[in-house]
Amino acid sequence: MPSLSYREAIRMALIEELHRDPNVVVMGEEVAQFNGAYKVTEGLLEKFGPKRIVDTPISEAGFVGLGIGASMLGIRPVIELMFWSFYSVAFDQILNNAANVRYMSGGQIHCPIVIRGPANGGTNVGATHSHTPENVCANHPGVKVVCPATAYDAKGLLKSAIRDNDPVFFMENTLLYGDRAEIPDEEYLIPIGQANIKRPGIDLTIVAHGRAVITSLAAAQILERDYDISAEVVDLRSIRPLDEATVLASVRKTHRVLLVEENKPFCGVGAQLSHMIQEQAFDELDAPIRRVSSIDAPAIYSPPLEAEQLPTPQRVLRAALETLR
Amino acid sequence: MTETLPPLPTVKKSPSPKAAAPGAGGAAPSWAVAEVNSRLTAEDKVALFRTMLRIRRFEERSLRAYQAKKIGGFLHLYVGQEAVAVGCCSLMGKNDHVITAYRDHGHALAVGMDMRGLMAELYGKSTGCSKGKGGSMHFFDPSRNYWGGHGIVGGQIPLGTGIAYALKYQGLKGACMAFMGDGAVNQGAVHESYNLAALWQLPVVFVIENNGYSMGTSQQRSSAGELGQRAEAYSMAWEICDGHDVYQVREVMDRFLREARENCRPGIVEIRTYRYRGHSVSDPDKTYRHKSEVEEYRRTKDPIQVFQDTLIAEGVIDPARAEQLDAEVRAEAESAADYAEASPFPSIEDITKDVYWEEDNPSEKKSQGRIFF
Repeated sequence: MPSLSYREAIRMALIEELHRDPNVVVMGEEVAQFNGAYKVTEGLLEKFGPKRIVDTPISEAGFVGLGIGASMLGIRPVIELMFWSFYSVAFDQILNNAANVRYMSGGQIHCPIVIRGPANGGTNVGATHSHTPENVCANHPGVKVVCPATAYDAKGLLKSAIRDNDPVFFMENTLLYGDRAEIPDEEYLIPIGQANIKRPGIDLTIVAHGRAVITSLAAAQILERDYDISAEVVDLRSIRPLDEATVLASVRKTHRVLLVEENKPFCGVGAQLSHMIQEQAFDELDAPIRRVSSIDAPAIYSPPLEAEQLPTPQRVLRAALETLR
Repeated sequence: MTETLPPLPTVKKSPSPKAAAPGAGGAAPSWAVAEVNSRLTAEDKVALFRTMLRIRRFEERSLRAYQAKKIGGFLHLYVGQEAVAVGCCSLMGKNDHVITAYRDHGHALAVGMDMRGLMAELYGKSTGCSKGKGGSMHFFDPSRNYWGGHGIVGGQIPLGTGIAYALKYQGLKGACMAFMGDGAVNQGAVHESYNLAALWQLPVVFVIENNGYSMGTSQQRSSAGELGQRAEAYSMAWEICDGHDVYQVREVMDRFLREARENCRPGIVEIRTYRYRGHSVSDPDKTYRHKSEVEEYRRTKDPIQVFQDTLIAEGVIDPARAEQLDAEVRAEAESAADYAEASPFPSIEDITKDVYWEEDNPSEKKSQGRIFF
């Protein structure tokens, strides 16, 4: 099995789906000639030509909306946002048009579009470029929100996203682009809506998504090594649909829950999870549900401080110990 | 207050890039002799007239239903603008598409949607064209290449540009007519679409239905310069036409549509029209224009009266036939209201249907991709 980076795994998924379905088009700023702002789409123009790999002007409302319109006629655009932070420029297109048109047409119109790109802080680019909009987007029925934590998941989930008949918002992380994983030679798909237990355990359930999964795994390792605590790490993989069953099964096993996310805490993903768990598994809980998230302020620029604003293994560790106290 | 009201908008002839306007320069240009109109049979002409009447009577009937509290929310009436939707949509071929904003009843009827489904939608009934989930601003019928019905000013224009992109991508000789009101021309999404359409040479005709008022703000108070002329900034062809004359609408739009279909050249057509009712039914229509202005339009430029007079002069119909057609159409609107009234509301369970394709098609879960195309 070859080892591929997260970036290469996404590229492989694009290549396979571009080969599979002539309706798949990759579109976005700098995706073709420039080879991708983060080199995810490197080499695709050469391989597939300018009809399939399309450079756009800096015009998110225009080209995202154009992709949505084209998808209504059966094109399957995979739109790259250089940063998911730029979704706000195309907000009306994404969350009025893509999210609503199937519903408002009584199921007559479909939007098989994927919008993908990095959605993370931690790169010292300030608040405008560091948004984590998974909670905002997931608040809109009609869209799916996927946040892969590993190269393996990114490939299988992106292939499913491209084949999905509804809009899928695929949120990557620039800090993970270099992370490697074993990727099988044979094709595989990961269904959207299935969480994954990244590390089994019995004493504590840590629920996370995206890069927070990696942070949580690091904390879990310290918990085991230094404290003899066995933490189970559940990777949500998608925020909507949310795999409630896998989360609840883990809660019923460990009876203690820590929610970790790089999202902001206020109305964040953890708030939704926390409500869901207390509602459906209240009697299973031996301790209050705790959360670790980004510190509740716009993303700070100052590099050492931004590293602390995001969840760190140390912060996760401290919260885990409090949950187990 | 009254002294600050703007003067009547005047219909100007534009520097038309490819105008081969028949009768241009003559005292009374007759658009009827243009090829696209002269080839119409008497039957075709009656059909155009009938569709215009259908729109007017449907709108009047829906207003009555609204006043009787049968309809919720907004109701943006198309009365006065009938020649625009009918003229444009009458030119549609198999691969031509339409998308518009929230004043969408006229286009829905012009592409051939059934009055009953539209009225039932207004009533919020499950037999509505969108199952009661869209309402007045969100009529759709993709089987007739009609992609809505969109509520946010200018928000549908990128979608229409995308439909044109899909046509070109698939190698189909068709065009998308992306309709907007005069208020939409100042939205960023519209300009982004202009740029993409011109940059990528997409087969889209942007149609500005300029009725003079973006809600209660006159064109003079909201937009700098000529609306259609903004095309020049994007190297697109543009033209202004009189939306009270269905023949003229057809003549101008036919040229732009052919350019789009055959040469993938986008363009902008600004159609000067007028709405008789307020922006929506909640607009008391008292603050921003004189009653006399509306009356003047009704008296001298009413598109249905103008076309009726033309057809009588051409000997296509006589006044008795016109009256008979009107009676038929009124009966159709009445029957649509009865149908809507008798139809059931959606059920509580229906609220959560039509959100996700996958949830509505659980048995086909494994066969994702390329299913409905």
